[in-house]
Amino acid sequence: MDLHKLSLSKQLEGLKKGDFTSTELTSHYLNRISELDGQLNSFITVTEDQALSQAKAADERYKTNNNFSLDGLPIAHKDIFCTKGVLTTCGSKMLSNFEAPYSSTVYEKLDKNGMVMLGKTNMDEFAMGSSNETSYFGPVKNPWNIEYVPGGSSGGSASCVSAELAPIATATDTGGSIRQPASLCGLTGIKPTYGRVSRYGMIAFASSLDQGGVIAKSAEDAALILEAMSGHDPKDSTSLKLDQPDLTKNLNNPVKGMKIGLPKEFFEKEMAPYVLKSIEEAIEVYKSLGAEIVEISLENINLSLPIYYIIAPAECSANLSRYDGVRYGYRCEDPKDIEDLFMRTREEGFGAEVKRRILIGTYALSAGYYDAFYLKAQKCRQLVANDFSEAFKSVDVILSPTTPGTSFKSGEKTNDPVEMYLQDIFTIPANLAGLPGLSIPCGEHNGLPLGMQLVGNSLEESKLLQFAHSFQSNTDWHMKMPNI
Amino acid sequence: MALSDQELKEIAYLARISVKEESLPSLKKELEDILGLFKQLDEANTSEVNAMSHPLDLSQPTRKDEVTEEDLRDELLKNAPSVKSGLFLVPKVIDGEN
Repeated sequence: MDLHKLSLSKQLEGLKKGDFTSTELTSHYLNRISELDGQLNSFITVTEDQALSQAKAADERYKTNNNFSLDGLPIAHKDIFCTKGVLTTCGSKMLSNFEAPYSSTVYEKLDKNGMVMLGKTNMDEFAMGSSNETSYFGPVKNPWNIEYVPGGSSGGSASCVSAELAPIATATDTGGSIRQPASLCGLTGIKPTYGRVSRYGMIAFASSLDQGGVIAKSAEDAALILEAMSGHDPKDSTSLKLDQPDLTKNLNNPVKGMKIGLPKEFFEKEMAPYVLKSIEEAIEVYKSLGAEIVEISLENINLSLPIYYIIAPAECSANLSRYDGVRYGYRCEDPKDIEDLFMRTREEGFGAEVKRRILIGTYALSAGYYDAFYLKAQKCRQLVANDFSEAFKSVDVILSPTTPGTSFKSGEKTNDPVEMYLQDIFTIPANLAGLPGLSIPCGEHNGLPLGMQLVGNSLEESKLLQFAHSFQSNTDWHMKMPNI
Repeated sequence: MALSDQELKEIAYLARISVKEESLPSLKKELEDILGLFKQLDEANTSEVNAMSHPLDLSQPTRKDEVTEEDLRDELLKNAPSVKSGLFLVPKVIDGEN
């Protein structure tokens, strides 16, 4: 049986009815990983023994009817989430030998629900990148065409779900790192409202922007797991004091009469004709379902990229100061004094993009520049957030492309950081305003998939998933999978 | 936005990252390109906005000052590159007699 062709809810149903066991399901995915991941490099670590013992425990619980809500379902975790006793590298040489002494809240919550960890997925180093080419563990390939990038930074999570080496994967999004790879790999990726998912044990890049979420094959699958990951966590001081939301209850509600905003500033940008065509077709689908289309204006949205490239590097330079070669991680050989230890450990342990961002952030925060850069950026960030609040007074969701185009070839943008940063031009604003955003597949061009982005008001993940599910119930873009 | 070699070296020192002399020109160009993006913010009128502190405008919560962490000393030291007598070992920091 092609178990990997079943949706998560069908897999859960199968496990409950005893059609197959978690051991069979888990082994099926582990076999696919060993057979196919050689050409993709989507995993840094495959936790085979642990997975099989978790699966066995789930099977025992089913036998005695003591099963948990997601018991025995496999999942892959981005290697940014600490997993106790398991290598947790964040895609960096700096943490290439780091075994986490504790687990992230995200891992714990899914583990308590009985989910089986298949392994840890590859990613851009410290989640900085949009092509998954900055990983110390080598680049990840796009299963649709291995000459192309899977996007980043959650490139391993997207690549493995797209190749059906895992039914779903956790991911994180600071400026688009869930939505952009989901778009480039033909998947559904959701970043919830800032504070919805605990950041405890999720290795920090830019703390005011980082948010965990999932990459899945459908909105229905994403809703099931995101719900279990969400909820207040006293260990994260920015975690929202709200109970776990019910994200599946509205999935089947119609979108008739609801309003979709199209930001004119986005559609004024130069856009490849095939991108515009796919988006226009998606809009037609929503119109046919009775949704109303409204043009809106987000006046300050074009400031998003410069705001992001001040705030994210500034916070990164502070967060990454902890990697000093003293307490954990990489240390340079034979340091001659303490300063040499710091300077060479960081020079050798970090890759080029990480160092670039630390330097930019250090500059933006240095004496004399703080007001001109960081403070100014935080003020502009408020302007962007205000534009969204105003827009959500008259619309339910905001629709745009997720990315300026389909995937690009490996190496094509690696020598031009700014060109690479433009990948995130549509996704960054939601992070700045802390809003939930998702990407779902809505077209293809030359055999590569393309996604559309829906952004919702704060805490309205359920509405976003309703819009996504409604689209997926009336189209089959999300059913298309690469031949690998 | 132009950066001098001296400025770049100072930033690198602040960040405690050693930069090789031969990589200065390319690094400088890359950083200048990124800093060039920042200029776009000059046109924004921010005279009447407060800087954002949390996207949902929440204040920092406080909790009772209680010890909640377990003693994980041995486990934490397992990840350290160099350890002696249960302490992190680093090159000598203070000059003087041994």
